[in-house]
Amino acid sequence: MNSFDYVRPTTISDAIAAAAAPGAAYLASGTNLLDLMKGGISRPNRLVDVTRLPGLDRIEHLADGGIRIGALVGNADLAHDPDFAKSYPAVAEALLSGASAQLRNAATVGGNLLQRTRCGYFYDTASACNKRQPGTGCDARHGDNRLHAVLGWSEACIATHPSDFCVPLVALDAVVEIEGRNGRREVALEALYCLPGDTPERESELEPGDLIVALRLSGEARGFAAHARYLKVRERTSYAFAVVSAAAGLRIEQGTIRDARLALGGVAPKPWRARSAEKILIGSKLDPASFRHAAKAALADAKPSGDNLFKIELAQRIIVRALTLAAAGTPQRIAALPASPFSSVSRTDSGAIYD
Amino acid sequence: MNLSISLTVNGVRRDVELGDPRVTLLDLLRERLDLPGTKKGCDRGQCGACTVLLDGRRINSCLALAVSHDGADILTIEGVARGDQLHPVQAAFIAHDGFQCGFCTPGQIMSAIGLIHEGQAGDDPERIREGMSGNLCRCGAYAGITDAVLEVQQGLAEADQRRSA
Repeated sequence: MNSFDYVRPTTISDAIAAAAAPGAAYLASGTNLLDLMKGGISRPNRLVDVTRLPGLDRIEHLADGGIRIGALVGNADLAHDPDFAKSYPAVAEALLSGASAQLRNAATVGGNLLQRTRCGYFYDTASACNKRQPGTGCDARHGDNRLHAVLGWSEACIATHPSDFCVPLVALDAVVEIEGRNGRREVALEALYCLPGDTPERESELEPGDLIVALRLSGEARGFAAHARYLKVRERTSYAFAVVSAAAGLRIEQGTIRDARLALGGVAPKPWRARSAEKILIGSKLDPASFRHAAKAALADAKPSGDNLFKIELAQRIIVRALTLAAAGTPQRIAALPASPFSSVSRTDSGAIYD
Repeated sequence: MNLSISLTVNGVRRDVELGDPRVTLLDLLRERLDLPGTKKGCDRGQCGACTVLLDGRRINSCLALAVSHDGADILTIEGVARGDQLHPVQAAFIAHDGFQCGFCTPGQIMSAIGLIHEGQAGDDPERIREGMSGNLCRCGAYAGITDAVLEVQQGLAEADQRRSA
């Protein structure tokens, strides 16, 4: 790990000033950043520790029935907040399907949003990587790439965004509050992330010094709570990134879908909202043909970036299954294996997993 | 920036001058505080051998900068027994062969103690396995580990029942 200056400001304005300098980085719990620094992949010359900033560790209820989550709220604390889990169950399930219990205890909401889009070649400093070192090429493009992106990728970068949490968040139109050198602004989470294009090193719209202070979900987004699931296929049952995941939320009236939300993880350089599929679902009946039609639309623009053609078919099957589970109703309790297709089905875990 | 910190480690206050902000909580414990029970496995948050309780919650001490945790309360494997009396989780690991080579065991035990405190798994073996998935065991003692945690959970449940009876 390179050496760096460590500062721990006590106000947000001091933090922004300290982090606006070239080469500075914010440090929250550090579960992603320290890992990257140990590998020599990230080499900040200054760490601005935000963990003692006041007022960022609260979950607040908003007048519209929504919720405002401070950037320093822990992933585990949020997932186990009873009101949150009841109101936004797919988000809680996604949180609990990510990383390990130790990492969820340490990790913060704000940090999770800003974990790097990455792949094995990004981690391997002996490989060419346009994200790690712009202009050097992409060894993943013709390398071992079965887990890489099938949507939104470019010739410069085919890595995927690894977050589970962000997938239902973009489905539910989450908004981030950002403090920066020019004051406060709000950005839809989906719009926070950039596609790689020719500049894969730039992953978000954040400017130097910008600090995410909170994440908001609307009261309207609670309307999907009765029919919301997150489903995640992994190469091992627990403590692994998604090969493909899907968050599905439905509002159902008399057997007809009145509103639908769908987003995908593990397939793109950012959490991927599937709006064309949502349009097909709205007004449809709860039948497998509609779900398959929607799934096909969600992947219509997909193309393999390597040995990952299978992901296009797998994603469609995961969408159909996630919609089937959501239609059956959100379980009373999150399954023993959160978001896993191998979760046992019991009376408390309603919804047929095997269709 | 002053790099002096104070921690409470296994109930004892420790004042440390770090000298360098790169020191992880893991290296502080092992190299400076003479507490090598916490193991360094992968040093990247993937294996769980370095698990300790920080303010009562299990974390990977390899991915925590010591300087960021000034004032924290740390519990390591050296602090869980009371004299010669083993912690119930330690005793259960012995009773159920929850280890072979023993390298991952301090992390497994700290993780199990954390899991039990979190109160999410109960006596469901599947929830226990899921809750322990951040701790790898290359000897493959997982079956014994699950049984050990299960036994401690069941003992706690019976104690609760006796209290409420």
